[in-house]
Amino acid sequence: MEILGDIILIAITSAIINNFVLHYFVGICPFIGVSRRVDMAFGMGSAVTFVMAIAALLSWTFTYFILQYDAPLTTWIMGLAGAGPVDLTILSYIIYIFVIAASVQLVEMYLRKFQLALYKSFGVYLPLITTNCAILFACLLILTKVTDPKTSWGILPSLTMSVFGGVGFTIAIVIMAGIREELDHCDIPKCLRGPGITLIVAGILAMAFLGFSGVDTNLQTVLGMGAKTVQAAEKPAEKPAEKPADKPADANQPVQTGK
Amino acid sequence: MALDGPTPLERFINGILPENPTYRQVLGMCPTLAVTNGMKEAMTMAGAVAFTLICANIVTSLIRGLLKPHLRILVFTLTIAAFVTVADRVLAAFMFEMSGKLGPYIPLIIVNCIIICRCEVCAAKQGVLAATADAVGQSIGFTLGLSSIAVVREIIGNGSLFGFTIIPEAYWPRWGIMLLPPGAFITLGLLMGGFNLLSARSAKKKKAAA
Repeated sequence: MEILGDIILIAITSAIINNFVLHYFVGICPFIGVSRRVDMAFGMGSAVTFVMAIAALLSWTFTYFILQYDAPLTTWIMGLAGAGPVDLTILSYIIYIFVIAASVQLVEMYLRKFQLALYKSFGVYLPLITTNCAILFACLLILTKVTDPKTSWGILPSLTMSVFGGVGFTIAIVIMAGIREELDHCDIPKCLRGPGITLIVAGILAMAFLGFSGVDTNLQTVLGMGAKTVQAAEKPAEKPAEKPADKPADANQPVQTGK
Repeated sequence: MALDGPTPLERFINGILPENPTYRQVLGMCPTLAVTNGMKEAMTMAGAVAFTLICANIVTSLIRGLLKPHLRILVFTLTIAAFVTVADRVLAAFMFEMSGKLGPYIPLIIVNCIIICRCEVCAAKQGVLAATADAVGQSIGFTLGLSSIAVVREIIGNGSLFGFTIIPEAYWPRWGIMLLPPGAFITLGLLMGGFNLLSARSAKKKKAAA
């Protein structure tokens, strides 16, 4: 029950409360560039979610077994050489970029071979995803959560976070595309056309999503997670907007005890 | 040297206003929106981006003869990732607090479209001098873009500049929303509108004069 509650909490936090686009500002380029029509936006969103899940699986594996301090595989290899444990997190950025580029390439090859219809519908978006900040951001979030002894995420929270982060991205970009389709019929001042009005609409959307902050604390109470958890979550909830990155760290503390 | 591309001086000037990365090319939006709630953060970010951009452009320009077309994006990203790691470690060593504040946005420079775009457009085709001039010009343009947003957000949201209070709270009630995500989007949207208005007006004037 405790693990299930955590998973639900992580899912809602990453999809809605700390929305990747509207809260962390990652993946803005496709958010502005590919949000002209709803079907295109949905295609982009699902491609991102897909790649993000695969990249998260791979990067969790690399982080847990190789990169973090005293990781099993590295320690074993260093043990063969007669040396102590090492911390390889300095290499993480280069490894993640490799992982993302490789998983995009893999997904592209697999789809072309086995799912031609899907490949054609993803079309141009797949190669674009390599340079999408949202995916690297998910990998970096996993890095901080895995190496932090307070949270030390397993594979399940990491996967949930990235899949629902992708879902959050899809939600944001589809809403945006819906609004922009309607905006086509409006008389917008000439200088604001294009990115200008899109950014202002995104600001209003972000304001709406700001209303969700604090939902996670209430959810914890509803899910009946012990008094200790609620206490831990209350501290960051006092100033939810200033340091949002701290929130999941505290809220997900019981993952450790649940294992 | 440059075979047919613009000269180094043109590249340098183009980066500052005519091809401003923030307002004209609309590239590299993550840091532009995320770290502009204060001038200090914005300036640190601009410095990190400038360092990475200049180093990456020089290296790419030096190895441009060896690039294979289908692998070039990967080579660009790996070059950039190496320099971003250097910048990240330096920041963590000498400006620990700031590095904590900027958090994941420093590593996100790797996928910043500006740098990949400049490697692709300029450094992969032209010599070291042009590439360096281009990188410096683009960094100045990026710094201008970042600071224009940061000035507006910090003054309206916090009444301060570089962390020093310049308008006391009694005269200016703090608009907290400007420091939050919505403020970033709306400020950038309005500034972009203003920039377009000004450039359209000056273009009209030029046409009238000619």
